[in-house]
Amino acid sequence: MSAITETKVLFPKENYLTSNYGIKSWLLTKDHKRIALLYLASITFFFFIGGFFATVIRLELLTPKGDLVQASTYNKLFTMHGIIMVFFFLIPGIPAVLGNFLVPLMVGARDLAFPRLNLASWYIFSIGGLFVMYSVLSGGIDTGWTFYTPYSSQFSQSSVAAAVVGIFITGFSSILTGLNFIVTIHTMRAPGLTWFRLPLFIWSTYATSMIFILGTPVLAITLAMVALERLAHFGIFDPKYGGDPLLFQHLFWFYSHPAVYIMVLPAMGVVSELVATFSRHKVFGYKFVAFSSVAIAVLGFLVWGHHMFVAGMSVYAALIFSFLSYFVAIPSAVKVFNWTATLYKGSVSYQTPMLYAMGFIGLFVIGGMTGLFVAALGVDIHVTDTYFVVAHFHYIMVGGTVMAYLGGIHYWWPKITGRLYPEGWARLSALIIFVGFNLTFFPQFMLGYLGMPRRYYEYPDEYQVLNVFSTAGASILAVGYVMPLIYLLWSMRYGPIAGPNPWPSTGLEWQTSSPPPTDNFKVPPVVTEEPYQFKPEVRPVG
Amino acid sequence: MAETNTVIGAHHASFAHQFDDPEQQRQAGALGMWVFLATEVLFFGGLFTAYTIYRLANPEVFAVASNELDLTLGFINTLVLICSSFTMATAVYNAQHGNRKWLIFFLCATVVLGMVFLGIKAVEYAQKFEHHLVPGAHFTIEGTDPNKAQMFFSLYFAMTGLHALHMIIGAGMMIVLIAMAWRNRFSPEYHTPVELGGLYWHFVDIIWIFLFPLLYLLGRSTIGH
Repeated sequence: MSAITETKVLFPKENYLTSNYGIKSWLLTKDHKRIALLYLASITFFFFIGGFFATVIRLELLTPKGDLVQASTYNKLFTMHGIIMVFFFLIPGIPAVLGNFLVPLMVGARDLAFPRLNLASWYIFSIGGLFVMYSVLSGGIDTGWTFYTPYSSQFSQSSVAAAVVGIFITGFSSILTGLNFIVTIHTMRAPGLTWFRLPLFIWSTYATSMIFILGTPVLAITLAMVALERLAHFGIFDPKYGGDPLLFQHLFWFYSHPAVYIMVLPAMGVVSELVATFSRHKVFGYKFVAFSSVAIAVLGFLVWGHHMFVAGMSVYAALIFSFLSYFVAIPSAVKVFNWTATLYKGSVSYQTPMLYAMGFIGLFVIGGMTGLFVAALGVDIHVTDTYFVVAHFHYIMVGGTVMAYLGGIHYWWPKITGRLYPEGWARLSALIIFVGFNLTFFPQFMLGYLGMPRRYYEYPDEYQVLNVFSTAGASILAVGYVMPLIYLLWSMRYGPIAGPNPWPSTGLEWQTSSPPPTDNFKVPPVVTEEPYQFKPEVRPVG
Repeated sequence: MAETNTVIGAHHASFAHQFDDPEQQRQAGALGMWVFLATEVLFFGGLFTAYTIYRLANPEVFAVASNELDLTLGFINTLVLICSSFTMATAVYNAQHGNRKWLIFFLCATVVLGMVFLGIKAVEYAQKFEHHLVPGAHFTIEGTDPNKAQMFFSLYFAMTGLHALHMIIGAGMMIVLIAMAWRNRFSPEYHTPVELGGLYWHFVDIIWIFLFPLLYLLGRSTIGH
């Protein structure tokens, strides 16, 4: 009898997953938690599509000669890999999945401010995705994910318009998600939950939302102009009409550089949560970490020119952009140092989410430091458009964002499903991903520094050894990515019951049952203390 | 919680479950619209940036090209939009004071003025089409570099077209508001949608207040006709 009661408390029969059944209850849901799962399914789909293109790229580069695919096919492969990974996995990844699920829970609200808008944003995302999938299936697109004009606007024979329209549409889903988060965080915090009691994940989500709101529309209008140039002869970037292709680059990077921070800021928020929980220690310098997110978002808007050092730019402008780019290192370093200081005298344990968090910190440091290389004018001229740049941004986007995303998925999986993932398998896959990642991308730093250019399907023989390492690493990485897909799905049915707070952690999301009820909290929460007040003697299970 | 909802819900059919009270809902709605308008500023901002850069690069060509625009129609349209902002503001005032009839009247007046604007805009577009001033193979213009003048008209159509699209969406919003007012959904306590519609409408008007001098007036005196 008591055992049954126990189970009921640990795993409530009545929760957001069981409140309704049937496909309609999912496709018409206004529950932020269900919408998060819709996004989870969508972006997982896109991740594996983008991963497939990456696999073919790495296979082609196994040998110096272009033997697996033709040059034109290769151009399409890296373009579609970039477009799908950036716009359909990395940018929506953490905000739309973890953010959607967690923002209302963390601020103690019943839902986001605009639930219908939230559902609409998933549909907008999906429609944009359909356009891009159409572009992929109708022969692909070969402009590179950057769509540089005039190639994209005049010369490319591939289906540019469909992809551009798809990204234009998807942009609005980002905007609506950001709008929803900003309004929710401003107006719907639980009683007692002041700004400086908010979890750091909320701070970084807020900063990310600012970029969504202010950056995305600029990309949207820029891509709309490219589409108009292709479809209606509007020569806005065409030199023949006095247009300037460089203006496209300025406008594109005005969004797409901040977009890097869209990808990495939420990841930093996740890591702050993980590091605190698994070292049982208050985050060192909470306010500095919180404001560093805002600082990164603001500075992120002022550095776009560093993508254009060799594109033709006044040397004074280049100097200023270089200088400002160095500035971004300060708030980024604040975060890394503060995470490290949080570990100090903490009671550290190494569950899977913590393994990912540690992986993130290490890889982010490498990615960030090499970012300073490419922000330096002289060095950048040497490594522009080489594999050095490719390795640099993959350390940030894959080593950083994907690691944090997976860490976050594991950490909040018990909250999302009510069940624990298998710890042994999860630790193994985290290790495989870390090894595979470094083996894939570290050789690319060397290749780039030796002068191997990006975006070519063949290369001189002397680069082959490092390319073989890289391809071998990619195959290990692929195994690491497939494993969580399998065991997480398995755990939804067979995983051990998690209980409301398995780690045990502090945030409001852990004060409700796992999985939470549709309205999130049986009793509306009231916050009476600072965040991250851990009791060191209580340690996570496992 | 459920009881609270029913009690408040009895007064306000449009009170949503995720909010604690109507005041919170009102604040969320207003903040949401302001954030959306911030997005819109940047959305138009890309075109304004392109316009500024190209105007600075080719001021004489742009001045000649802008002389091809119909100043009279543009000026009438500016007046029409300013009037529509007035009727919109009056509609919000009447919503605040619960005058349902006048609310509906002024919302209808706003839609009508919006339609007049779009009608005049359509006449202008038709004229440009007849005068071969639409970008493309048939573009012709006297007295200046036709290629660079075409850039002016690309920007003209992109900017006014995007603005007109916003007007159409705004008119749709007004029609929804009229239907809601018709069904007696608003009261002095609850009229957030009217206020949000007003914010949006004024924003679209302000965009035009920038477009009109940039496209129609700038450089006109230096050419003289």
